[in-house]
Amino acid sequence: MKPDQLLRPAPAGLYCPAGDFYIDPIRPVARALITHGHADHARAGHDAVLATRETLDIMAIRYGPDHCRRPQAVRFGERLDIGGVAVSFHPAGHVLGSAQIAVEKDGLRIVASGDYKRGRDPTCTPYEPVACDVFITEATFGLPVFHHPDPKGEAGRLINSLRQFPERTHLVGAYSLGKSQRVIRLLRDCGYDAPLYIHGSLARLCAYYQEQGIDLGDLRPATVETSRPADFRGAVVVGPPSAFADRWARRFSDPLIAFASGWMMVRQRARQAGVELPLVISDHCDWPELTETIRELAPGEVWVTHGREEALVRWCELAGVPARPLHLVGYEDEGD
Amino acid sequence: MKAFADLLDRLVLTPSRNGKLKLIADYFRQTPDPDRGYGLAALAGTLDLRSVKPALLRDLVLERMDEVLFRYSYDYVGDLAETIALVWDQERKPPPADETQPRLGAVVARMNSLGRLEARDAVRDLLDRLDPSARFAFIKLATGGLRIGVSARLAKQALADFSGRDIGEIETLWHGLAPPYEALFSWLEGRAERPVPATPAIFHSVMLANPVGEGDLDTLDPADFAAEWKWDGIRVQLSAAGATRRLYSRSGDDISAAFPDVLEAMDFEGVVDGELLVGGTARSDSPTRTFSDLQQRLNRKTVTARMLADYPAFVRAYDLLFAGETDVRPENFATRRARLGELVERMSPRHFDLSPLVSFGSWAELDVLRRAPPDPVIEGVMIKRLDSAYQAGRMKGPWFKWKREPYNIDAVMMYAQRGHGRRSSYYSDFTFGVWTEGPEGDVLVPVGKAYFGFTDAELEVLDRFVRNNTVDRFGPVRAVRAEPEYGFVLEIAFEGIARSNRHKSGVAMRFPRIARLRPDKRPAEADRLETLLAMIAAREGGRAG
Repeated sequence: MKPDQLLRPAPAGLYCPAGDFYIDPIRPVARALITHGHADHARAGHDAVLATRETLDIMAIRYGPDHCRRPQAVRFGERLDIGGVAVSFHPAGHVLGSAQIAVEKDGLRIVASGDYKRGRDPTCTPYEPVACDVFITEATFGLPVFHHPDPKGEAGRLINSLRQFPERTHLVGAYSLGKSQRVIRLLRDCGYDAPLYIHGSLARLCAYYQEQGIDLGDLRPATVETSRPADFRGAVVVGPPSAFADRWARRFSDPLIAFASGWMMVRQRARQAGVELPLVISDHCDWPELTETIRELAPGEVWVTHGREEALVRWCELAGVPARPLHLVGYEDEGD
Repeated sequence: MKAFADLLDRLVLTPSRNGKLKLIADYFRQTPDPDRGYGLAALAGTLDLRSVKPALLRDLVLERMDEVLFRYSYDYVGDLAETIALVWDQERKPPPADETQPRLGAVVARMNSLGRLEARDAVRDLLDRLDPSARFAFIKLATGGLRIGVSARLAKQALADFSGRDIGEIETLWHGLAPPYEALFSWLEGRAERPVPATPAIFHSVMLANPVGEGDLDTLDPADFAAEWKWDGIRVQLSAAGATRRLYSRSGDDISAAFPDVLEAMDFEGVVDGELLVGGTARSDSPTRTFSDLQQRLNRKTVTARMLADYPAFVRAYDLLFAGETDVRPENFATRRARLGELVERMSPRHFDLSPLVSFGSWAELDVLRRAPPDPVIEGVMIKRLDSAYQAGRMKGPWFKWKREPYNIDAVMMYAQRGHGRRSSYYSDFTFGVWTEGPEGDVLVPVGKAYFGFTDAELEVLDRFVRNNTVDRFGPVRAVRAEPEYGFVLEIAFEGIARSNRHKSGVAMRFPRIARLRPDKRPAEADRLETLLAMIAAREGGRAG
């Protein structure tokens, strides 16, 4: 069997004809396998959805309990048969509940890794390598310029800035699923135990993480209706970056904008976004992680999806690994 | 290096002046000598560091990585220093501990002690031992491209904030001191006496003028002021004390080496403010030549006898700061000028003349004069209060500059290129053209390139036009639709225009910028090359007459 008979790009997403299912489809389908809860991978309106318990919970939080007709939870490592295709989910280390999906038939195994990272993250199960014939990798940070530093050092810079500018409210931009909780956990691990203020859109996901046993400490709503702007002097407020461009952010006293993202590696990106304190904290692989993973797995072939495909394909070429871009549409290559 | 690199990273992203001052003052507080002094020098633009050519850096990085991957990276990042800083470590490598990284002082000392053939290995070694952020700082320093929105004045203000001393006191001392400024820091921290400048013939901060704004002159009495022509050369300061003679640019750069002819003729004692020009002095009754002729002499380390003969330099004197060792800056303009006149009279007539005063009875009369000056190398008038002292900096009130109107043409956007730095995601560098007759009717010929003059909102408009109207690509350059009935008209302002055989159109503009977007105009209504040629002819005619 040729790899693209088992799994191939189709308009709705990556499609397996033998099992008649899609992985992370971008429009409603009869059967969807979902790697993780980010909105560009997990969409509402499918008939049957197979995903980890956490991903299903997160989808229910975001889209309501009726986000699909037939949810089915799968445990890491459990093998299921879908129309003669063996399917299993394995930790991807991206956000809580995130999984790689292995698809196997007639001795050919393809691993669709979704989004993944190798760096330490106490808020989710760490990535596990899965041997395969074809490895499908993202390339969000697929350029040799991306080397994500130790996130503790980044959290340390935030804590320093709080000391240097004690009168300013530090607004930390972080996407609501995964990044926010990771940043909060990091600050706690660095000994920051003051109350943290969160934007309303984070509340339910943070509560869910706490229910799952991930201790985020004292979180309070960043609502000014009930308090005075002066109360936020020197405080840390975490919220989605889009909220900072919003009038919502003007309520804080002389705010200092920080943004936790792998993109903050590039100074001009930070400057364009009006960020004063870039924190390079990423939930995706950086360049060394991408290339080390491919070396470690030594797959027969690599397919590259969203991001900077051309550079990673070029690297594979130089390393003697057959590789091609998949050109899937509908996935953000910017979100982190 | 680490502390300085962190400072740079913060400064680049800190928009507020107070925020910058706080960061710099904290750096002076927390960083030991001599590192902080070199950091100060880097901010103030006085750091003397052996320079590294971008080509060498590119070579070094290609020793360790694929050229195609490097190109993808550079295209993405848009800044060579930052690209190299980021891609340098190919494999994952734990960052060097802060205390094992070379210190700024050590980096400066090492770079400046290198022999000609040692640079390559030394730069490679330094890049290996620094973390990405320090690497970026090092490359920016060594390639001389530190653009972080910090002026020398701001750095001095941070010194004042850090020490509680008055910035005026620091300004007075500044040019007599050199990096790493240990004596200055000792004094600022109250550990030593005020330092005494070691060298005679030091540079003194110059006095600058403000442009005449709307209504500025209305309440002023013309009788209180003198006017003189504003010449289109470069402002200089001549300083002579004993055997020491120096020629400084207005920012305090020592440019003596490029002008041995002027230096040799400086047989006086004192400090003179003037305009450096090429051609002949009024006293030798020969014409002053254009700025493009002067450019032949600028930025050279050495000059040939041929250059000296073809482009003779001279100084048109504006003011006197010191007569011998006497500081005459507190005297009024009229007194200083009288003394300057006597001094120039005794100096070489081929190398020095006195900037003539322009007599006028009313502001309206002066307005007419500045619009139609008698010499093409004049770019307007200077207005100086007769009773004003010579004060460093740009005070509002005593001196004004009133420039001739800029030239203006309407041109058509032809090509666009993505900017670098803050604008790396925008098409912000525009090549524009005017119409000329071709073999098959009118065609556009490019006449210049402009990359500023527009607001951020206008840039959005320009960028959108480029993206939606690209007809061809040449590497990073996009050709856009430019037809008589469809295209984008730009109003271009520029300060001067000259013939050029380096440009296809045969003309070169000085200081072109986009004055206005003209979406209301059809490209067919843009100017023609003949209009530009006529401007040149008018200038040349002006000189002959």
